[in-house]
Amino acid sequence: MTVVPASMPPLLEIRSLEVTFRTETGDVVPVRGVDLCVEEGRTTALVGESGSGKSVTSLAVMGLLPRPFGRISGGAILFKRRAGDVVDLASVGQEGIRTLRGNEIAMIFQEPMTSLNPVMTIGEQITEQVRLHMALDGSTAMRRAIEMLSLVEIPDAVNRATEYPHQLSGGMRQRVMIALAMSCNPRLLIADEPTTALDVTIQAQILALIERLRKEHGMGVLFITHNLGVVAEIADSVSVMYAGEVVETAGVSEIFREPRHPYTGALIDCLPVRAQRGADGRRVVKAIPGTVASAVSAPGCKFEPRCTRAAEACAAAHPILEPVGLDHQVRCIRWSEP
Amino acid sequence: MSTPVSISASSSGAAVSATRLFLHRLFRRRLVFVAALILLAIVFLALLAPWLSPYSPTGMRVSHRLRPPSLTNWFGTDEFGRDVLTRIIYGGRASLGIGFAVVICSMTIGTVLGLLAGYFRSLDGVVMRLVDAMMSLPDILLAIFLVAVLGASAGNVVLALTIVYTPRVTRVVRSSTLVVRELPFVEAARTLGVSTWRIMTVHILLNVASPILVQATFIFAYAVLAEAGLSFLGAGVPPDIPTWGTMIAAGQQYADRAVWLVLFPGLAIVLAALSLQLLGDGLRDMLDPKLRKAL
Repeated sequence: MTVVPASMPPLLEIRSLEVTFRTETGDVVPVRGVDLCVEEGRTTALVGESGSGKSVTSLAVMGLLPRPFGRISGGAILFKRRAGDVVDLASVGQEGIRTLRGNEIAMIFQEPMTSLNPVMTIGEQITEQVRLHMALDGSTAMRRAIEMLSLVEIPDAVNRATEYPHQLSGGMRQRVMIALAMSCNPRLLIADEPTTALDVTIQAQILALIERLRKEHGMGVLFITHNLGVVAEIADSVSVMYAGEVVETAGVSEIFREPRHPYTGALIDCLPVRAQRGADGRRVVKAIPGTVASAVSAPGCKFEPRCTRAAEACAAAHPILEPVGLDHQVRCIRWSEP
Repeated sequence: MSTPVSISASSSGAAVSATRLFLHRLFRRRLVFVAALILLAIVFLALLAPWLSPYSPTGMRVSHRLRPPSLTNWFGTDEFGRDVLTRIIYGGRASLGIGFAVVICSMTIGTVLGLLAGYFRSLDGVVMRLVDAMMSLPDILLAIFLVAVLGASAGNVVLALTIVYTPRVTRVVRSSTLVVRELPFVEAARTLGVSTWRIMTVHILLNVASPILVQATFIFAYAVLAEAGLSFLGAGVPPDIPTWGTMIAAGQQYADRAVWLVLFPGLAIVLAALSLQLLGDGLRDMLDPKLRKAL
């Protein structure tokens, strides 16, 4: 008799993660108290503007914080492995995490132009990856590489495999990156702004591809982006980050319907479709005044200096992430006020 | 199974055209092409010396001593009646052999040190200060000192010149590694679980190969010159082994009567060093994308 636990542990669960960078002017904490969850076969979007700590969070998961300056200084990153056991990536050590990278956890990046080795053919790079994690001989690995290229809808995969990255377009290269990431059937795919450098039509194709692969392979996706349009299209649940903290977490329809945190609301108002006609009749896209506060700062709410709804109490105490509904949490003391 | 066949066919096809493109770009400048031909001829002569040269390099004929160039002895004979052309061909073996050995040794050690220093920031300080210290010593003096201490032999000349030229290679490889290690594809490789060892030996090494190649040709030229210099000064190869340097050293006392004793070995050195330098220049111009556009 096996006892089915009341709630299955999620694929990836980040609990109050804190990352510290040692700098010449003292320690900087770009990520503090991040809680995040990625379920198997679902997509969690991590949203925030530049400098909010999205990428640092993903690098922490991959164990790729720049050494020796960056380190995980608190919290846990629980990952459910293929075998079913749960490991804490924050404490498993470099060697332990390296066997998971590219194998159970894979990552794709923003710059498909430079994320491939310019002096190796596409086929060689995928073959290297496949042989690293699966015991395959050269020709089987090459066949697998071609299979992967076909999987990511690259036409004429046999010939493409013999080409170098500079012979491919940006969209093609991002497909190759995805093929590389998918080649060992990862359980978790971290996509760090994978479509930012691509034009809009290619972007839609790449998103559709990631969606298809997620459904077919049942992997969890942690999708990092600053583009809420993309979030609406691809995510199941959304976590909004601001200045190193998660300020709101909710299901995707809930967050667009009922954003509780003023920052989330402001982000949604920035979408071009919400642009209002100004006095001169031209549509003006809204912006949030100010910039992201530096990670070392005041005791109160991080968003308080830019918040249109800030009260005196906001600057005094740091708000906690409190539940406001089913799977909906907000870090704002005034969420219930109109 | 048609798939693997077609892969290998198309990849070898791509390799052929890549080689052709490489040579086409390299020899776009005629001087580089001429240099490559001269070098090829010298190497060819040196390799096939026993079959090509009409005389023995050590066979003495006192009756034929100090004969000027003629149809039987194209480059004349030396003070022991040995054929100068034969000795130059055999001398090429020793000179180019030593130069080549120096290139291989200093490239290997320098590449390893440079990769380590460039990749592991903690090693950088130690390795580079050592390299700086070595580079602050004058090349030839350091080599003379080393050979004087270790004794004159071909092996010790290689050792001394390797010690002299390794720091240059280390610097070049280190600086290229510093650039390449920060490129996104290195991090991408890391996210895919590629080991540090493989990142260094495959991903970075392949990308710093072109400056290494260019350095190799220059160091070859320097080493040929330095070997000649050391041998001429008596701090190199023992005088009984014919090299271009020992031939000039031995011939200098007859230079007023038999100028061909120093002229022809000297020409050989100039030709070899110059063509290596030109080839190095050509490679550098071709492999540097900025210069390639200008050409």
